[in-house]
Amino acid sequence: MIAVESLAKSFGSIRAVDGINFSVDKGEILGFLGPNGAGKSTTMKMITTFLPPTSGTARIANFDIWENPLEVRAKIGYLPESAPSYRDMNVYDFLMFTAEVRGYDGEERRSRVVRMLETCNLKEVAWQLIDTLSKGYRQRVGFAQALLHDPEYLILDEPTDGLDPNQKQEVRALIRRMGREKCIILSTHILEEVEAVCSRAIIIDSGRIVADGTPEALRSRSALHGAVTLELIGAKDRDAFAELQKIEGVEKVVELTDEDKPGAPAVDNDAEKPGKSSLRVRLFPKKGVAIAQETARFIHQRNLEVDAFTLEKGDLNEVFYNLTRGGQA
Amino acid sequence: MRNLKAVLKRELKGYFESPVAYVFIIIFLLATAGCTFFLSRFFDTRIASLDPFFVWHPWLYLFLVPAVGMRLWSEERKSGTIELLFTLPITLIEAIAGKFLAAWVFVGIALALTFPMVFTVGYLGSPDYGIIFTSYIGSFLLAGAYLAVTCLFSAMSKNQVISFVLSVVACFTMVMLGIGVFTDFLNSFLPVWISEAISAFSFFTHFQSFQRGLLDSRAIIYFISIIGFMLTANAVVLEMKKAE
Ligand SMILES: Nc1ncnc2c1ncn2[C@@H]1O[C@H](COP(=O)(O)OP(=O)(O)OP(=O)(O)O)[C@@H](O)[C@H]1O
Ligand SMILES: [Mg+2]
Repeated sequence: MIAVESLAKSFGSIRAVDGINFSVDKGEILGFLGPNGAGKSTTMKMITTFLPPTSGTARIANFDIWENPLEVRAKIGYLPESAPSYRDMNVYDFLMFTAEVRGYDGEERRSRVVRMLETCNLKEVAWQLIDTLSKGYRQRVGFAQALLHDPEYLILDEPTDGLDPNQKQEVRALIRRMGREKCIILSTHILEEVEAVCSRAIIIDSGRIVADGTPEALRSRSALHGAVTLELIGAKDRDAFAELQKIEGVEKVVELTDEDKPGAPAVDNDAEKPGKSSLRVRLFPKKGVAIAQETARFIHQRNLEVDAFTLEKGDLNEVFYNLTRGGQA
Repeated sequence: MRNLKAVLKRELKGYFESPVAYVFIIIFLLATAGCTFFLSRFFDTRIASLDPFFVWHPWLYLFLVPAVGMRLWSEERKSGTIELLFTLPITLIEAIAGKFLAAWVFVGIALALTFPMVFTVGYLGSPDYGIIFTSYIGSFLLAGAYLAVTCLFSAMSKNQVISFVLSVVACFTMVMLGIGVFTDFLNSFLPVWISEAISAFSFFTHFQSFQRGLLDSRAIIYFISIIGFMLTANAVVLEMKKAE
């Protein structure tokens, strides 16, 4: 278990981390979210004993970062932000070095390094100088270094940063697989990654925890959560717009323009095209009320032609925005 | 100890895998030979002694040793690998000692490669091999002291050039403390016992005792303490600066 207690760090007058408490159990994959400069990396640097906290402490498997830093380091696999590594070494030698420091020698040392080269798809660059590797490959070297001793605790600062889409998927799958018997903390700016990988997420802003829960629980804080989005066909349905308001439990109905569509270009005049008759509306429920069934019944009763019916799960981006920058604005 | 060895091996290998190492060794050998033969007019003295060779070491090391050591911590801090190093199960002492020893061994190898000098002087006459031996020991200890100073300044700046310049200035000061001109200058306004105390801290005075053929335990202890002190300061500076 990783237990973080009132951890704080000041750099001069900057309060980078301002009293953080949480604990992570084996089998959990905790995602750190937060805007740039929120204090994610600083928190990780303290847990991994690189930075001494200004106050507070953390314990990893009951080893205190103040009292037993070496034991803590031995237990943890750490991928620092932007994966620093010795660029004047080749990949194999670099991993051999970390293996030696991790206490392996002889055949065991070699076989662990070879296994890591395979796991992280580094075989073809094993003899290349790290300096000449692309960013994504360097990231993989950092990952290999962190996993080499098969640690119980993994701390990964933006692990998929710089990886191509295939590698991202692969690393996420690997993290999910490892998450079953390890205790993992990772930070990321990709909210989809949190939903894809993490069993729990913590949102940090200005050095404080502003939210802590499962991705689903966080998503349900979104105003969008529980809303129903409909695409209606036929001009006559414009008349239905007012009627939709009357569905039981509906708080309000808004018409969506194409701009609201995810992935739509910012300027799109499609909606203004003459003859276009499809209507996209979103029905927001009153607080805590489920409206999907009522809406479906209404559609059926009125014989509306519906092209699409979506029950919104909520949008992590929105929650993130409201809890961080949006909150201050 | 295992980790010290790992760090030492990594650093030493790093030296020999870069062309800079060979350039350094060649410059060192050419410079020592050049100074001995042309500046000291080794052949003209007609004395079978390596004094004209060793007398240049404090001045050659002044630039060459900081050049070897400047990257030790600057590079580590600049590239961010210090975060990697100090989250591996390595103690600060192991890391500092490992790096220092690697660079010292490297300079030692360069020094050992001056052995043809010994053969030359042995061929020309019958030198006092005892003095040559103690002078080599002294020279190696002197290089260690320069290197420890360089390690300290290397930890202070992420910029290798700044580390280099600061190291050269600091080493120069430590040498000058014992040079006649400087002590005379001090004597002009300080009581003699103070200026003597200051020159007692000089690299130069302690190095000279080896050239007289003595393995003076005071001089040995002096150099070892300087190294210990500088490396301790190195540890303190690293603890303070590593986050930046
Ligand atoms: N060595 C340092 N000296 C001074 N301030 C620092 C130092 N390291 C971090 N900070 C400050 O601490 C705050 C938190 O930084 P941190 O790197 O933890 O943010 P982060 O959440 O990881 O951001 P990002 O998403 O950009 O990686 C920032 O305001 C940063 O400027
Ligand atoms: Mg960060």
